[in-house]
Amino acid sequence: MTPQPNALELADLVMHFGPVRAVDGVSLTIPTGRVTALVGESGSGKSTVGRCVVRLEKPTAGTVRIAGTDVTGLTRRQLRRHRGDVSIVFQDPAGSLDPRMLVGEIVAEPLRLSGARLSRRDRATRVTEELGRVGLRAEVARRYPHELSGGQRQRVSIARALISEPKLLIADEPTSALDVSVQASVLNLLADLQRDIGFACLFITHDLSAVEYLADDIAVMYLGQLVEQGPRERIFARPAHPYTQALLAAAPVADPVRQRQRQPVLLGDDLPSALDPPSGCRFRTRCPLAFDRCATEVPAEVAFGGGMAACHLVQPDGTRPDVRAADPSEVLS
Amino acid sequence: MTTVERAAASAATSGSPVLAVRDLSVSFRTESGTVSAVDRVSLDLAAGEIVGMVGESGCGKSVTAMSIAGLLPDSARVTGSVRLEGAELVDARESVLRRVRGKEIAYIFQEPMTSLNPVLTVGRQIGEVLQVHERMSRKAARARAVELLSLVGIPSAATRVDTYPHQLSGGMRQRVMIAMAVACGPKVLVADEPTTALDVTVQAGILQVLRDLRDRLGTTILVITHDLGVIADIADRVVVMYAGRVVERAPVIDLFAQPRHRYTAGLLAASPTPGRHAGTERLQEIPGLVPVLSAQPDACTFADRCPAADERCRQAVPPLDAVGAAVTDHLAACWHPCPAPRPQPQETTG
Repeated sequence: MTPQPNALELADLVMHFGPVRAVDGVSLTIPTGRVTALVGESGSGKSTVGRCVVRLEKPTAGTVRIAGTDVTGLTRRQLRRHRGDVSIVFQDPAGSLDPRMLVGEIVAEPLRLSGARLSRRDRATRVTEELGRVGLRAEVARRYPHELSGGQRQRVSIARALISEPKLLIADEPTSALDVSVQASVLNLLADLQRDIGFACLFITHDLSAVEYLADDIAVMYLGQLVEQGPRERIFARPAHPYTQALLAAAPVADPVRQRQRQPVLLGDDLPSALDPPSGCRFRTRCPLAFDRCATEVPAEVAFGGGMAACHLVQPDGTRPDVRAADPSEVLS
Repeated sequence: MTTVERAAASAATSGSPVLAVRDLSVSFRTESGTVSAVDRVSLDLAAGEIVGMVGESGCGKSVTAMSIAGLLPDSARVTGSVRLEGAELVDARESVLRRVRGKEIAYIFQEPMTSLNPVLTVGRQIGEVLQVHERMSRKAARARAVELLSLVGIPSAATRVDTYPHQLSGGMRQRVMIAMAVACGPKVLVADEPTTALDVTVQAGILQVLRDLRDRLGTTILVITHDLGVIADIADRVVVMYAGRVVERAPVIDLFAQPRHRYTAGLLAASPTPGRHAGTERLQEIPGLVPVLSAQPDACTFADRCPAADERCRQAVPPLDAVGAAVTDHLAACWHPCPAPRPQPQETTG
């Protein structure tokens, strides 16, 4: 038996928009059936990575392998055969569903484009099945997107994404536009579907609590590059990179007793520009622990504990710095 | 003493509230009829306390905030009472409100870029507030603007004072908005989703600035947010809104430890919190949708989504009453409040 190929392999992915270095050398592997969260703040390039994977953008350099096939150099026509292997769900379902199409047509569209010869009736059956799987009644197929609530619309996007039975789902902030109560139902749905169907998922988000709920592995992005990667438990329990530590410390937890016992890590507000990223380590301008070497030498990825961190202060045995050890007055200066 | 204890102590000792809202109702005339946005909301803000108002989109939290200083459009019908240190603001003359806004009650909003003038330096914009309200000279106003910028944690304020909004990051712009809001030393600062558009590492700094204002200047702050994490971080007391009504009101620790209204409990159980993972547990869903109301029904508006609802809930509005005999500052508008206490979430996870 040959081992199953990884659902996604990114090698040194680069995406520059003119002078803007949105993604600058990202390597990431998602094994079959695993959920990897790509975490970062606005402008980190995390959405651009997702858009490169589904080829909404043509990468400047690097390779994208989906389910074992290198799709980087394929033409649009060649790509069509592999379109069914990967789907994407966006943040704003109102903006990503065509308002002039019926829900049934929206969900069936990937089948039509795949070139699969299905009778009208078979197609309708598949749409009904898919709507049922995301918890929508069959009648919804005859409605327009504007007649649905935000949560229902996001379910329609998920049904459309999954009807081609992709090996990889890109979920780009799928719950960020939704209220807490609706967000819970969409997160539950994604977790159920992922477990039952077994697709791999690249879950792109800035919401760390959703990450902890849904992800198996976590990759942290800062200014176009990955700074840390590893299993969820390790990242949340022992974050190694100073940026990961600051990010986790900054996200407030919905528990006032615990929240008020936590020691905040305050970074400066001024994010460097992706037009002219800092030399050496890109985080050094906001890092409380930065020292001379950080400005001159790009930190190598140090592999440890099933992941890596790109920081001069992290050792292969897992020894890591602690941003809280820094003098707070230095942090703000 | 922690900030929570201090606020609790000050709330217990201080007399009349800075801001007293009584039976505030707001409805809007729209093309498709009247929409009731806020229904008989009552709320006190004590001096120097930070009150968090939380709810999902459409619950009326922003409309409540805007109506405090008469910021709603003409299509809004506002009834009830809003008193700032005893002075009535509902139906007050526009000239009175104009004096109150900025000087007594100041606002900051979600998106700082849309609230700042792109063609004026930040120093001019802050200075303008001082020139209008405090009749300061241009030179004095500029000097004060520099002080205010450093108060809100902007490094090298003396040079930043001459920058334009587009030259600043989102977090810096929000700090400028706060500086402008507190320029005249307002008694009440209303912060409507102040960190929603910002990244978490920047949010932490903004919340710290708000806390500092309360601690150093004694500013009373109303923070409106949908984010339970922000509430847990900064609020002394919490007001939970649902479909235009206050459904629960409590000190922050009590609210999270023992939510009594079924909606509050549902909201907390729906939030992914540290330690929860899909492999071991499910998030609790709240079935159904928030109703859009043309008129406020004589019933609990959460009844259709509530697991504990019965006939009584559909026939009478539950009053916002103290729950339990021992506690008087924990109120819930529910005929069948959750039994207390709720098991701690960290014990249920593996």
